[in-house]
Amino acid sequence: MTTEDYVALDFKDSMELFPQNRREFLRRLGGGIFIFVTLGELAIGQEAGRQRGGRQGGPADFNAFLRIGEDGRVTGFTGKIEMGQGPITSLAQMLAEELDTPLDTVEMIMGDTERCPWDMGTFGSMTTRSFGPALLAAAAEAKTVLMELAAEALQVPQEWLVAKDGVIFDGRNKDQRRTYGQLAKGQKIERHLQGKPTLKDVAKFTVVGKPLLRRDGRDKVTGKAQYAGDLREPDMLYAKLLRPPAHGAKLKNVDTAPVKAMAGVQVIQDGDMVAVLHEFPDMAEKALEKIKAEFDLPDPTVDDKTIFDHLLKADPQGRAVAEGGDLAEGRKLASKIIEQTYLNSYVAHAAMETHSALAKVEADKATIWASTQNPFGAQGEIAGAIGLPAQKVRVITPFVGGGFGGKTRNTQAVEAARLSKAVGKPVQVVWSRAEEFFYDTFRPAAIVKINSGIDGSGKMVFWDYDVLCAGERGAAQFYAIPNHRTTARPSGRQGAGGGHPFATGAWRAPGNNTNTFARESQIDIMAAAAGMDPVEFRLKNLSDPRMIRVLEAAAERFGWTPAKSPSKRGYGVACGADAGTYVASIIEADVDANKGTVQVKRVVCAQDMGLVINPEGAQIQLEGCVTMGLGYALTEEVHFKDGKVLDNNFDTYELPRFSWVPKIETVLIDAKDSPPQGGGEPAIILMGAVIANAIYDRTGARLLQLPMTPERIQAAIQKA
Amino acid sequence: MTDAIAFKLNNKPVRLNVDGDRLLLWVLRTDLGLTGTKFGCGEGHCGSCTVLLNGVAVRSCLRKVKDVQDKEVVTIEGLAKEGRLHPVQQAFMEHDALQCGFCTPGMVLTAVGLLTKNPTPTREQIIRGMEQNLCRCGAHTRIVDAIQTAAGEMKGGR
Repeated sequence: MTTEDYVALDFKDSMELFPQNRREFLRRLGGGIFIFVTLGELAIGQEAGRQRGGRQGGPADFNAFLRIGEDGRVTGFTGKIEMGQGPITSLAQMLAEELDTPLDTVEMIMGDTERCPWDMGTFGSMTTRSFGPALLAAAAEAKTVLMELAAEALQVPQEWLVAKDGVIFDGRNKDQRRTYGQLAKGQKIERHLQGKPTLKDVAKFTVVGKPLLRRDGRDKVTGKAQYAGDLREPDMLYAKLLRPPAHGAKLKNVDTAPVKAMAGVQVIQDGDMVAVLHEFPDMAEKALEKIKAEFDLPDPTVDDKTIFDHLLKADPQGRAVAEGGDLAEGRKLASKIIEQTYLNSYVAHAAMETHSALAKVEADKATIWASTQNPFGAQGEIAGAIGLPAQKVRVITPFVGGGFGGKTRNTQAVEAARLSKAVGKPVQVVWSRAEEFFYDTFRPAAIVKINSGIDGSGKMVFWDYDVLCAGERGAAQFYAIPNHRTTARPSGRQGAGGGHPFATGAWRAPGNNTNTFARESQIDIMAAAAGMDPVEFRLKNLSDPRMIRVLEAAAERFGWTPAKSPSKRGYGVACGADAGTYVASIIEADVDANKGTVQVKRVVCAQDMGLVINPEGAQIQLEGCVTMGLGYALTEEVHFKDGKVLDNNFDTYELPRFSWVPKIETVLIDAKDSPPQGGGEPAIILMGAVIANAIYDRTGARLLQLPMTPERIQAAIQKA
Repeated sequence: MTDAIAFKLNNKPVRLNVDGDRLLLWVLRTDLGLTGTKFGCGEGHCGSCTVLLNGVAVRSCLRKVKDVQDKEVVTIEGLAKEGRLHPVQQAFMEHDALQCGFCTPGMVLTAVGLLTKNPTPTREQIIRGMEQNLCRCGAHTRIVDAIQTAAGEMKGGR
């Protein structure tokens, strides 16, 4: 699979698990109890298998792996990574629960290609809902092994035994006991889980469901936590690379002579790659400024104003992602028809940590520490670039300073590896902020057209939805509309003839931010056309009990009182689903009509994410979604012209700031009986629509394009 | 061209022979091995590289190393005393006021600088004082809460 393939996957509502056969590393781990789980053997794996159909995946071996050491300590190994979203805490919490062992005896080893089972990557809010069940299964199997060992050691039947806090004892005689360490001592037991394990009853959970503080908090407040750019190797060099001024520019000639004279500077030229290396990064940067290079610039193409016409020109074929009833019949039933087009701009990931990597390439092996969301993808990319077999390339993922989908392409790691190979020393590459903006895989600009109608009673009777470029995730509507069709046209790869002028990719809840903005704006327009309160209109047209429940929960917490919009109150509502989770938000916002600015004052967000593993972590993610979502809703938009990215730092590309942040109230629905779902993305999908709807409610002006900048708000108010 | 630069770093004297025009950020991160001070934007927009210079929060990406001659620099590594976290660090932990943690050292030191200037800030004053520091994960609400807690803890005069 190429990066393009799995990035594309993330734009769909899909599962993505591909096991690979890799067992050698077991030998190095010493004694203890080892459990392997292959998802293909579990119910959830069957779904993964269906999705996998026809794709080139790896051969099935195992996805989850854990070890109980001879000291009784539990280690969970996962290819997932920690970029702030919290699995370092929540996955350990799941293991401690299922294994009945204290949390501080559990450690997670994450994102190391040599020690962890193959994993596609950390995105799509998949860690808990897809990897979680495999990890729990491994823990359940480990517990079975421990029980067998204890029964033998204590000479009692298993049903008399009780496991608690890392100890198994005879329930009738508590002095008869063995710690997990005692049981694992001297053992080398290897189990491959067959069939579906018996998991602990949710009602008996004591660790899962308890709010836990982050386990990496102390390291992160003391500066001890290391990111890829913080790592040092003896004799390492820092590299800075020559960059083109625009996408599509070709290097015509380059003069590196002035640099070669500088002390301590090494110049590497390898095809189009020109780099300077020095023992200090700032000196490498200074040296780079002295390189004289000429580029052939591409012909004028598009800019941020003409982009929508440009994308429409390509007019790619779509596919129906949802369909029901008969649109023509629906139209006949409609007393009011609304047709509207919604636009969304390119948005940058802008993680605070830029792409960073340290590579140490030796004769027959390579080690690369990289800020990446997909270490196994990076492994393949690097292996190809430096001509080593993948198993000779080890990618280690330290803490990642934010990803949001932007660290699934590993160009910086490939650059570091190529340069390390060329100079025979470890090389670190840390992108500047300008490089980060230039090479980002932006959330794609997108166009949504909706044609929909209501009957005289305020029931939606038809819904015709067409999305271009955003991706299909979140496109299908979930209201009880008898006649509907949702067409999704490709998310749009880079290229000529209507394609994007630069790389695009997954951005926190890909597709769904655009789709939910369009859908929930249209719903509000129809509610107003029906003369109905927007919450009442939604409830009247919903039938999914979980969606109804989150909307009612949000309305109750907010203290919603029905009124037809625009009510001048500045209240907005939106609901949606992402990563298996249901969300509804209600907000209050103030609009300064003269300046065109918006201050969101209060956000109430209700979320049904099934069983909540760590309520503290879930709440933090939800708050993060609301805060980050203010950016794409109000200011974030990449400016560009003829292949040049005009934003290259945070002076023009505005991220949300402290003064923007509203009071955030979260309601987590108690849904213990449903499997855990994603939490890192869902709440962000509502932010565009819920603010657009609040602006309408306050001013009567309808915003149809994101971000809702002061100019666009002023223009909409003028029009209203 | 090298200069002899002497300053106090995390309560210890430091003497360096470096090009005095080099930026403090890179000298800290490379020559001195203190990587808790982060590079985020390089132009003073984000605050990830914040350190304390004579007790005032400044951006190390905008300071030349010769400008700290004879002054006192504190980085995130020097904030805890004898393993005991500074009240701001403690409060950040207790409020889970971080996610990826990359902006955290700069946030913590900006907050310490803020509380040195104004030990009893209102919520609005905290927001204004932190406004120029960026966090992409969206931990803002918790960061403000943590600073309020720390201000309360520090009233004893620590």
